[in-house]
Amino acid sequence: MTELLLHSIFTDNLALAYFLGMCTFLAVSRRLEVAFGLGLAMIVVETITVPICNLIYRWLLRDGALAWAGRSDLDLSFLMLIATIGVIAATVQILEMVLDRFFPGLYRSLGIYLPLIAVNCAILGASLFMVERRYDLAESVVYGFGSGLGWALAIWALAAMRERIDESRVPEGLRGLGLAFVLTGLMSMGFAVFGGLKF
Amino acid sequence: MNRRLESRLQPAIEPILVNNPVTLHVLGICSALAVTTSLATSLVMSAALICVLTLSSGIISLIRRHIPRSIRLIVQITIIASLVIVVDQLLQAYLFDMSKRLSVFVGLIVTNCIVLGRAEAFAMHNPPGASLLDGLGNGLGYAWILVAIGTVRELLGKGTLLGADVLALADNGGWFTPLEMMTLPPSAFFLLALLVWGVRTIRREQVEPVLVDEPGDKAAPR
Repeated sequence: MTELLLHSIFTDNLALAYFLGMCTFLAVSRRLEVAFGLGLAMIVVETITVPICNLIYRWLLRDGALAWAGRSDLDLSFLMLIATIGVIAATVQILEMVLDRFFPGLYRSLGIYLPLIAVNCAILGASLFMVERRYDLAESVVYGFGSGLGWALAIWALAAMRERIDESRVPEGLRGLGLAFVLTGLMSMGFAVFGGLKF
Repeated sequence: MNRRLESRLQPAIEPILVNNPVTLHVLGICSALAVTTSLATSLVMSAALICVLTLSSGIISLIRRHIPRSIRLIVQITIIASLVIVVDQLLQAYLFDMSKRLSVFVGLIVTNCIVLGRAEAFAMHNPPGASLLDGLGNGLGYAWILVAIGTVRELLGKGTLLGADVLALADNGGWFTPLEMMTLPPSAFFLLALLVWGVRTIRREQVEPVLVDEPGDKAAPR
């Protein structure tokens, strides 16, 4: 379990090793404050959606999953994509309403990032990886949390660096997007080094 | 006549270099980087995205007058997801090895912001013909970048192209030592950075303005 957690945070980092959620990652990392909120929202949503998708896959969609309903001949796993998208969109919507009703302070700081997350491929990717790697329920909770935290760490670090580098004089063509790519590449190298550790 | 044809094809030609979805709008980066370790995966991924993008733009444009505004995102995503599932199943049926190598990235076309972006920005307001061309153009704009990065990464990382030896490897008595680096994720970021730099050096109007406005800085706003 610890191994899975550390792997999902560092070596298998969704943003830096699998390039997931890159659009948001690059677009929302110009200011640290904004990136902080987005990172938190990401952790929360991933910890919720990955286990839910796991349950749906296990009990409804996979080959023979409907045995409890007497239909063990059905294999609905091709529906996973639509089911996942639905779960993510619904989770984000419900979370938004719950936060608005019970935690108005948190809603004010996180609310605007939640819709952004609904179309973030890191979450969809995490759920699809969960299916591909056959995690069980406990593992998928750990994996959801770990991969969310890894993504958040990456965007926090990138935002901090970009705030600094905005004050330097750089070649014009590289300003903004170009440099963000270079920085992300360097961070990706750094995170790859964690692969050499034995947990 | 030539002029008219040109303006007709405008939506298809413009996104290839001038309005490129990847280098200008920073859309669809995830898959652009992840599948480019070899040329073959880049080609298949490009083909899959072009199919989905063209068809989804066309279909959404066909029913654009019947989609209620409040649920348009769900409708668009459902259409896109259905197309992606079809493409994914086709790949699994006819190119099983390739679909294993592409892993989850074909499925991730659903959240590829280019597809949703074109549906939202173009197909919802334009007739089907133009939308098809717009989808095709954006798909091609995305594809050439994927193919370019895929070519460089496979050539320098393994000395091969489409699996065939191009550069003689040092292991087999040749002169070329493969750059391990090129097969790892960071190289994709660096190559894309160079590409963006190149495109923006040629087309200077795409240079981003500095955040704190300096007097006399006339860079175009994004």
